[in-house]
Amino acid sequence: MATARARKRKTGAASGRSPRTMVLVATRKGAWIFHADAARRAWRADGPHFLGHDVSHLVLDPRDGRTLLAAAKTGHLGPTVFRSTDLGRTWKEAAKPPAFAKAPEGEAGRAVDHTFWLAPGRAEDKDLWYAGTSPQGLFRSLDGGVTWEPYSIINDDPQFREWMGTVQDGTPDGPKLHSIIVDPRDGDHMYIGMSGGGVHETTDGGRTWRTLIKGLDVVEGFGFDPAKPTFHDPHCIRLCATNPDRLYQQNHCGIYRLDRPSDTWTRIGRAMPKTVGDIGFPLVVHPRNDDVAWVFPMDGTQVWPRTSPGGRPAAYGTRNGGRTWQRLDTGLPKSQGWWTVKRQSMAADACDSVALYVGNTQGELWMGRDEGRRWSCIARHLPEIYAVETAQFSLRR
Amino acid sequence: MRVLIPSALRSYTERAETEASGATLAALLADLERQYAGIRFRIIDEQDRIRRHIRIFVNGEQARDLAQPLAAADEVVIVQALSGG
Repeated sequence: MATARARKRKTGAASGRSPRTMVLVATRKGAWIFHADAARRAWRADGPHFLGHDVSHLVLDPRDGRTLLAAAKTGHLGPTVFRSTDLGRTWKEAAKPPAFAKAPEGEAGRAVDHTFWLAPGRAEDKDLWYAGTSPQGLFRSLDGGVTWEPYSIINDDPQFREWMGTVQDGTPDGPKLHSIIVDPRDGDHMYIGMSGGGVHETTDGGRTWRTLIKGLDVVEGFGFDPAKPTFHDPHCIRLCATNPDRLYQQNHCGIYRLDRPSDTWTRIGRAMPKTVGDIGFPLVVHPRNDDVAWVFPMDGTQVWPRTSPGGRPAAYGTRNGGRTWQRLDTGLPKSQGWWTVKRQSMAADACDSVALYVGNTQGELWMGRDEGRRWSCIARHLPEIYAVETAQFSLRR
Repeated sequence: MRVLIPSALRSYTERAETEASGATLAALLADLERQYAGIRFRIIDEQDRIRRHIRIFVNGEQARDLAQPLAAADEVVIVQALSGG
């Protein structure tokens, strides 16, 4: 039987204690957890955790509000997943981290360099997690992240392996399987993004996959065939929580929206200002309004600096599904701000007045209050930021 | 036999030096794994290759093959090597 104290812990919001916001920051040299006060004005830094580790992703399990998973490696050692069941006070390493199957004798097998993306399963699928890796692989844990196994046909399927390419075909620190999205209505229905390799969907729990690249552009001028997944590089895909039939995507070649059951993406980034363009890494959707999404554009011209266009960092938001976009830069540097914001480094919280959070590779964490209309800096001088996630919790520490 | 442990792996062993046994390097690593769960995968990948920034020396000579035979009096040194800034 639950004690009164335990009941109170689980129902913090109902008992008058408003949920607090945490921002989970993964960096090239460790991880930090930033705890907000009730007004989200004062922030307390908890960290570094795993100082010196490359931490690609730090995620709170929304189903219990206290389990954290961190995808980590160091320069010397192999990759692993750390797990905490007390909001980061103590950590334990996964007993069996994501690893590819051993290749048959005489064949060259792949080895996971790092786990890049962690995604919890649906609310009703307790302890189910998915992981995407570099080189590209899809893994699953059924025990809350303690042990991991290769999942679905993807890792060893010859067609997928061709689309994934080699280490030379992906991002500078290796091709990545990311944006693992589970349909909240049906756990067998999932989407994944492959950089490179396109967008894919399964409706049978990973036994078969269907490619979803219609409408997506490819880099012009090289004769690339847009029908081939190899030439597609989705940077970040998001599903709308209140409308699981709507997805948004920030791609290497523009910003897109997809409304199912259609299988053709619409390039909504055409409505962005021409001087800014519609290239970037992250994309965030509103937690309750499927017409609202935000991006953080980067310079994708000439040699692809991947920095804020013109040295003036800004989020852009749409409130009508991408028909129009508004620049959101109040409080951000007006000049000489050469930010790079990686694909996992932008997030929104779920408070009544939604705030955005952005981490840049200079190690600064920023908050965009009132849906990105007023920006202020939460932290500076962190290591290069790889990923930013938010979580609400109401547990006593 | 005596096994010297680099600082990056002392979160597992909690010491700079430990004892392990095995007739081959593979067997020695299996014994280390039995004693310190998780340590092997940080040193050796899933294809049984020594990781890129790890070096293993047996009596001062670099070992490149997990099948290398070992004797009880050998000294094994695991080194973290040159992984950049």
